Amino acid sequence: MALALQTFATAKDANGALKAAGTRYLGGGTLVVRAANEGDVSVSGLVRSTDPALSAIDVGGGKVRIGASVTMAEIARHPELGALAKAARAVGGPAIRNMATVGGNLFAPAPYGDFAVALLALDAAVGTDDGERPIETFLAGRGDSRAIVTSVSLTLPRADSFRFLKVSRVKPKGVSVLSIAVVLEQAGDGTVSSARIALGCMADRPVRAKAAEKALIGRTLDPDGIAPALAAAGEGTAPITDPIASAWYRAEVLPVHLGRLLLGLA
Amino acid sequence: MAKVPVQFTLNGSEKAEFIDSGTTLLNALRDKIGDTSPKGGCHQGTCGACSVIIDGELRLSCLTLAETCNGAAITTTSGLAEGGVLHPLQRAFLDAFATQCGFCTPGMIMAAKVLLDHTPNPSRDEVVEALSGNICRCTGYEPIIQAVLTAARANSQNAA
Ligand SMILES: Cc1cc2nc3c(=O)[nH]c(=O)nc-3n(C[C@H](O)[C@H](O)[C@H](O)COP(=O)(O)OP(=O)(O)OC[C@H]3O[C@@H](n4cnc5c(N)ncnc54)[C@H](O)[C@@H]3O)c2cc1C
Ligand code: FES
Ligand code: FES
Repeated sequence: MALALQTFATAKDANGALKAAGTRYLGGGTLVVRAANEGDVSVSGLVRSTDPALSAIDVGGGKVRIGASVTMAEIARHPELGALAKAARAVGGPAIRNMATVGGNLFAPAPYGDFAVALLALDAAVGTDDGERPIETFLAGRGDSRAIVTSVSLTLPRADSFRFLKVSRVKPKGVSVLSIAVVLEQAGDGTVSSARIALGCMADRPVRAKAAEKALIGRTLDPDGIAPALAAAGEGTAPITDPIASAWYRAEVLPVHLGRLLLGLA
Repeated sequence: MAKVPVQFTLNGSEKAEFIDSGTTLLNALRDKIGDTSPKGGCHQGTCGACSVIIDGELRLSCLTLAETCNGAAITTTSGLAEGGVLHPLQRAFLDAFATQCGFCTPGMIMAAKVLLDHTPNPSRDEVVEALSGNICRCTGYEPIIQAVLTAARANSQNAA
């Protein structure tokens, strides 16, 4: 299968080339080159950009802007991105992490997209040449998106407010049964004042567990306090079935793992 | 289809070739350059047999386009032995019976080499983690883990 690769110095020029039919952007290539190797003939041309802005990580004022070409390994070892390291390390094995980009993870279909689950809980903004969009809007329309993602930006969470869990059968590296990311704020009396919960593998792309988020407000993080949230965790989800797990299984174990994460047992 | 030039160093020697655009590094190394030490197990990123070291980092050559490696320094298992003397990792793999059919071995050795380059005295868990992207159908992994730990000990004794 012949694939022609075009390389551009700027994301802007690469965007122009992506307009041609059959072209796709090349990030780390772990999904798009794999598809070509498997005989996916819908892709005939690849476009990439070596723009240094795409590979930059800028931390300042409690926020970070991560270029779309930054790899999972670069995030995992960055001294100021410790809060994101666990989610970055959840992606693939060492070689995959050296290749897999943030931009590509936003497009990865379930069971992939573990890092995007973390970004959804953290309410990241996804940047293109046209400006930034909330990740939730971006993910909902990602199938129609032709523009190159240039960056993701987010407010770095306090270590104790962000929790991430990837559940897999093979350790240390295995495809997700599901992944869960939670950002919690608690009032002085320990009750939850705000919650954002994102789930991976509970749909074809990362989704929020909005009913569970709502059910947590004003509750304490103990088995009784979180029970309504766990009961509502699967609302609105459509888990995938793949060789790792059936949709039924994923729906059954979601409350178990969400409970462990909320109680600090995971 | 138009050919494109690629130029990189492979195990310290300059290589320049014209290849079809879109050729994977694995195919370029094996079919064009004649280095058959990286193996094509799955071409899907799942087995690790095609692992090579690019600019000090472990990569899967089956998912890397050769054109993206212009100017890079690439190491493969065939470049490890010096003047007929095996690299300590190769020696340890042989001694520990960590290679049976041998198909996974070059990829395992690449993954182990990057680990030892950064972490000369790894724990067992660190070895398991470093090899987690590499599949072996023969050995049951234990001899491979032992070989890497043995090579690490041999290295640190030589350094002492
Ligand atoms: C063996 C193996 C194990 C894996 N394990 C995991 C895992 O555990 N968790 C996980 O989340 N993923 C996993 N993946 C999937 C994949 O490696 C990651 O999701 C990775 O982050 C994808 O990024 P990439 O840069 O390689 O994407 P690419 O393959 O380069 O691109 C994927 C898609 O996104 C588009 N794209 C990429 N970058 C951009 C951009 N900047 N702008 C616009 N479009 C873009 C491409 O056009 C393509 O359609 C695995 C893959 C393999 C092969
Ligand atoms: S051939 Fe590259 S990972 Fe299997
Ligand atoms: S020795 Fe045969 S696959 Fe590992």
